[in-house]
Amino acid sequence: MATEHSKTAARFMISPAVLLLLGWMIVPLAMTIYFSFLSYNLLSPGTEKFIGFLNYEFFLTDPAFIEAMINTFLLVGGVLLITVIGGIAVALLVDQPIWGQGIVRILIIAPFFIMPTVSALVWKNMFMNPVNGLFAHAAKLIGLPPFDFLSQAPLMSIILIVSWQWLPFSALILITALQSLDQEQLEAAEMDGAGAVSRFVYIVLPHLARAITVVILIQTIFLLSVFAEILVTTNGGPGNASTNITYLVYAQSLLQFDVGGGSAGGIVAVILANIVAIFLMRMIGKNLET
Amino acid sequence: MGSISLKQVTKNFGVTEVIPPLDLEIENGEFVVFVGPSGCGKSTLLRLIAGLEDVTSGVVAIDGNDATRLPPAKRGLAMVFQSYALYPHMSVRKNIAFPLKMAGLDAAERDRRVNAAASVLNLTDYLDRRPGQLSGGQRQRVAIGRAIVREPGAFLFDEPLSNLDAALRVNMRLEISELHQNLKTTMIYVTHDQVEAMTMADKIVVLNAGRIEQVGSPMELYRNPRNLFVAGFIGSPKMNFITGAEAESRGAATVGVRPEHFSLSDGGGAWTGNVGVAEHLGSDTFVHVHVDGIGTLTVRTEGDNNLRYGDAVSLTPNADRIYRFDGEGRAVS
Amino acid sequence: MARAVSTRRKTVFTILAWLVGLAIFFPILWTILTSFKTEAEAVASPPSLFRFDWTLENYAEVNQRSDYFRHFLNSVIISFGSTILGLLIAIPAAWSMAFVPGKRTKDVLMWMLSTKMLPPVGVLIPIYLIFRDTGLLDSRTGLVIVLTLINLPIIVWMLYTYFKEIPGEILEAARMDGASLRDEILYVLTPMAVPGIASTLLLNVILAWNEAFWTLNLTAAKAAPLTAFIASYSSPEGLFYAKLSAASTMAIAPILILGWFSQKQLVRGLTFGAVK
Repeated sequence: MATEHSKTAARFMISPAVLLLLGWMIVPLAMTIYFSFLSYNLLSPGTEKFIGFLNYEFFLTDPAFIEAMINTFLLVGGVLLITVIGGIAVALLVDQPIWGQGIVRILIIAPFFIMPTVSALVWKNMFMNPVNGLFAHAAKLIGLPPFDFLSQAPLMSIILIVSWQWLPFSALILITALQSLDQEQLEAAEMDGAGAVSRFVYIVLPHLARAITVVILIQTIFLLSVFAEILVTTNGGPGNASTNITYLVYAQSLLQFDVGGGSAGGIVAVILANIVAIFLMRMIGKNLET
Repeated sequence: MGSISLKQVTKNFGVTEVIPPLDLEIENGEFVVFVGPSGCGKSTLLRLIAGLEDVTSGVVAIDGNDATRLPPAKRGLAMVFQSYALYPHMSVRKNIAFPLKMAGLDAAERDRRVNAAASVLNLTDYLDRRPGQLSGGQRQRVAIGRAIVREPGAFLFDEPLSNLDAALRVNMRLEISELHQNLKTTMIYVTHDQVEAMTMADKIVVLNAGRIEQVGSPMELYRNPRNLFVAGFIGSPKMNFITGAEAESRGAATVGVRPEHFSLSDGGGAWTGNVGVAEHLGSDTFVHVHVDGIGTLTVRTEGDNNLRYGDAVSLTPNADRIYRFDGEGRAVS
Repeated sequence: MARAVSTRRKTVFTILAWLVGLAIFFPILWTILTSFKTEAEAVASPPSLFRFDWTLENYAEVNQRSDYFRHFLNSVIISFGSTILGLLIAIPAAWSMAFVPGKRTKDVLMWMLSTKMLPPVGVLIPIYLIFRDTGLLDSRTGLVIVLTLINLPIIVWMLYTYFKEIPGEILEAARMDGASLRDEILYVLTPMAVPGIASTLLLNVILAWNEAFWTLNLTAAKAAPLTAFIASYSSPEGLFYAKLSAASTMAIAPILILGWFSQKQLVRGLTFGAVK
């Protein structure tokens, strides 16, 4: 298959993609690292000077950073919990013999394809708004005072919105994995005397383990960078109650124009994501052997 | 027109030497079969001749010209792949016409040649179908058709019959042999099936771990195997090998007798034992006899035989059909 | 299982599944319904599900605002532009990785995927500054470039998996038949890979259309696609629910429809082969 002739051609053909991605990775990242060692504010250009690790010190000791870290983990963890458990439940349900399975799948998939800004605004205005939202109407119906979701439980509300968006992804992956489960295995287990719960715990769940791991890892990568939903609903507030790392860096960079500090924050976010990525790469790498 | 010569050809994949230095001459018009167990390098050798892989060192010459650096398209060879490799999105007609299109022939000429090939291969009714709508045998013929229209110097076949069921395989074997009689073009045929090798080849090349064990006509290999490997590979069922005292008493480290070279008797033979499994094929019977101190010997006898499990039987090998091999597995006379 | 399932069991699960499906779909349904209400109806209490005066006035008004159409066009240009550009770069790369794999091919592929894992905030500042200084800020070109780069790993990956499903022997046969590299790609590879290329196009247009980080931060009035346009409705004055619903419905409708056809591609493209 591989002759000298085709090998040269191959190298030639792969280079644009490799060079572009290399540039995309190295150039901006190098610049961010460079900026992170300067005190540089866009409002006072020309006054940049080298300050070593000071930006990192300020960023990491800022109470807002701690809060953002906690919020980030809560956000990612919360969404993962809801989407994985919910995803398994939905997948099991849809995998049963039912009428109109195709349509149910379509209904469940839909939220993933809604752009985040639309999702967030729809939830914010039409559901969670304490005056006009549907939740408020529902509360009034049972005689409870309406709950101002976004002011009183901002992070929870965002977790809810993001979970709604990602549940379809998780469900779809798990449905696909479920459908690859060999029916004969289940039948063999039944002949061996295993009840429905046992069959789930000992056969279905281990089979899904791989897919669940993939869902967790891939979602984590994307969830670390949740942005639009926060921008459009709470702007990180009240205070920093719904600020995650991504939003914090954004605020520092483009709202406060603190290029130096924002860059340091950006690098911290990169390191965080790298740790997760290492695990994901190992998982995918194993799969590429097949 | 289709003579091929390999001189000191080697092939490495990474650091693994898959083919140690190898020499081989193929005359124009010969039907040569490369045969050997899986992984012996026969397909690799074919691909080196085709130009689909580069040789690590050595010379591949076609009709006396050095073709080692030539890309496959320029070697004037045609290949029939194991999976047929038909273009699924093209009709049979377009499949067969493709090489002609690549060669720049005009539409009229292409049609003429395609129709000619189709009639030779009984494909005329299928010209407008897609490969997906054809049976295995038909697809094979399309693959052959695509090779024929190029009027190549030699045809290369890479285990073309392995994807067919047994009955079809026998038919296609005959068709390919007939094709060779008609076209008289050199054919190089790779298979792991020694029956195909024996029935189709003018010359067989037996390969083992990249090395040529022996080259010769089918009957030469059958009658005069050069070593244990060739003796055990050619001939079905396999030759019986006997080691130990019985071998030494006949002046060899290993003694070989083919199943068809025994005579059976009730007693007084060279070896006596009990029948294990008797396989009745109708035309022949293959009896597996357990002989104390030697092991199990496979014996061929006539189809009407009634031997069954447990029967005692006595075996005598034909004196002039006993093969002797030394400690290194080489044949000694 | 070939056993007959009791009708009762099937009914119970069907009802349950439909309830769950409708519950999940409900926000979208509600948005579509609200887009046909008057503003007064939209905030009426108690809210009505189907029984109201249906009107198209919201759609008319949103369409009349010429900038809606402009933003829609921006979304189309940016998502298709970046995906097609990505395909042009990725097809040769995926060809070489699928058909002439080397020792390092797997590593290169993994590295490409890893660039997708870079958190955008890590490079927000330099990109912003570079764009500002080169006039690419608030430009469709700039956005096309960025989105091409962030989706390139997925495009390459998806094409790679589709190409790998093409038996290498067919391309070898083409070579034996005298085809040059160009002939091989043109006459044999591309026709066989068309479904795969179409699937890749589909998924990535959707991903680019919905992208909501770079489109929000790098655009202002001129090049803003629909993501940013809708985001501008987030300020509290002008609580025009009905119009918001109409604008949202128009923004999401095309992708919703495309998305329903791309479920398989989604699994293939975003789980990087770990789930089949």
